[in-house]
Amino acid sequence: MEKVELIHLRQDVDLPYHWAAGRYGSMMLRALRDRKVILGNRCPQCNKVYVPPRVVCGPCFVQPSEVVELSPAGILAGYSVVNYPFIDPETGQKRPVPYTYAYIKLDGCDNYLSHLVDETDPSRLYPGVRVEAVFRPDGERVGRLQDILHFRVVD
Amino acid sequence: MAQRVGIIGFGQTYHRSHRDDVNGVELINEAVRAALEDAGLTIDDIDAVVIGNMDHFEAVNYVDTWSVDGSGAWMKPLIKLTTGGTTGSTLGIAGYHHAASGLFDVVLVIGWEKNSESDTTGAIITCSDPIFDRFSFSGALPGLAVEASAYIKRYGIKEEDAARVAVRDRAHGANNPYAQLQTPVTIEEVMQSPMLSWPIKLLDICPRSDGAAAVIFAGERKARQLCSQPAWVHYTAVRHSHTYFGDVDYTRLHTLEAAVQELYHHMGIKEPLKELDVVELYQPYSFAGLKWIEAMGLCKPGESPRLIWDGVTDMGGELPFNPSGGVICTNCIGATGLLRIGEAALQVMDRAIGRQVPDVNLALATGFGGAYWSDLMLLGKKPW
Ligand SMILES: [Zn+2]
Repeated sequence: MEKVELIHLRQDVDLPYHWAAGRYGSMMLRALRDRKVILGNRCPQCNKVYVPPRVVCGPCFVQPSEVVELSPAGILAGYSVVNYPFIDPETGQKRPVPYTYAYIKLDGCDNYLSHLVDETDPSRLYPGVRVEAVFRPDGERVGRLQDILHFRVVD
Repeated sequence: MAQRVGIIGFGQTYHRSHRDDVNGVELINEAVRAALEDAGLTIDDIDAVVIGNMDHFEAVNYVDTWSVDGSGAWMKPLIKLTTGGTTGSTLGIAGYHHAASGLFDVVLVIGWEKNSESDTTGAIITCSDPIFDRFSFSGALPGLAVEASAYIKRYGIKEEDAARVAVRDRAHGANNPYAQLQTPVTIEEVMQSPMLSWPIKLLDICPRSDGAAAVIFAGERKARQLCSQPAWVHYTAVRHSHTYFGDVDYTRLHTLEAAVQELYHHMGIKEPLKELDVVELYQPYSFAGLKWIEAMGLCKPGESPRLIWDGVTDMGGELPFNPSGGVICTNCIGATGLLRIGEAALQVMDRAIGRQVPDVNLALATGFGGAYWSDLMLLGKKPW
């Protein structure tokens, strides 16, 4: 077969979005920013406490009515040390690796919070290890989930 | 108005890591022409078109209209569907629904992806909640790694057990001229491949592919008229669960458990290992080939390594899995679930050249994606 030149065109897309956090998300993000408190809410039907707080418990399709202040501490329920490079759609840059992606089960909560743990040695991590939130200092919290800098292992 | 439905044609592209020789529309057209030729139809025989992909991979969000020339949907009823990893199985089930409704006799279903056109992980991340999940998420791997690490710890599973699953699928892929990866690998090669996200290594996980699949569904009257042996749709089941990744219970694949229980109950299947003849499992990584066959009720939790090492799921075994090589050999994401359906249909139609399982009466195809979602389609030799 004759070899023909095949052309690619590269385009870097810089497309700003403005996402509404909604009523419940805004409530949680304000509490993080102003009080260093993690909020959840409880479904009146199944009694499950959810983080982030939300307008509806999916399985029950009922509005969680009671807002709950959650502990900043809990256990590491699952984790993965990420070693492979990829483009972070939040920044357009390669996300620094390694980093540890984690599901945190906060005390008093029934689902997991997806966040980071500042430990990348898998031998020092195990499901069930106690962790706690490290908040960004006053003046650096802007009302986003990253106002929690990461979780750290507490021995 | 509801009618029985059979698959009467299947076409696919030659899947590669980079199909630089075609753009998306040309890739779609390649699969559509192959499916029409397989069914002995022309585009005039098609009453409606269902198409889908995960559109953030190519950043073309008008796929339905943009691809009309290639898909053959010009001046026809057309719908685009996208549900993440389950897109291909959603497409197949939607095609079935279209034909079963009796509103359309012959329905062309197309799934496709050009994963080479973007950063796959970066694009996958845009499926997540932008406020609460996106900054920490790193694509498909970590959720799977969390699932795998919990599973191996609980049941004392060895990494070699998973490697044996990858070895099986890579051996099967060598029989499939359309597969992206057609070279077999050894346990040692899997074990020594680079660690991506513990315990998942490079050869445990699917590649990223460019490819397309097209499946033609027909109502009973047309199916009998147009095809000597259709693959009849017996049953479908769908379980899509949560929004946030932190809502998923990674210790069990509840969606697959619930979907298979519904399907087995409805079909009166008591011993799936004996009653099913072949499975095309949407198995994006090797550990799923252990844990998810337990979710399917083929053995008790923790017992899957025995089935795998005994060759029960190999070609020639009691219940062969992934004669096509499966997702471990080819993963053009929006097409992947539809490839499972198309390959399962070929098995029922006795047309899986080079990879045919003898005497297939029942073939099960699955889809997986989203926040641990599961889809199923059961195909059979006789209408149910
Ligand atoms: Zn509830």
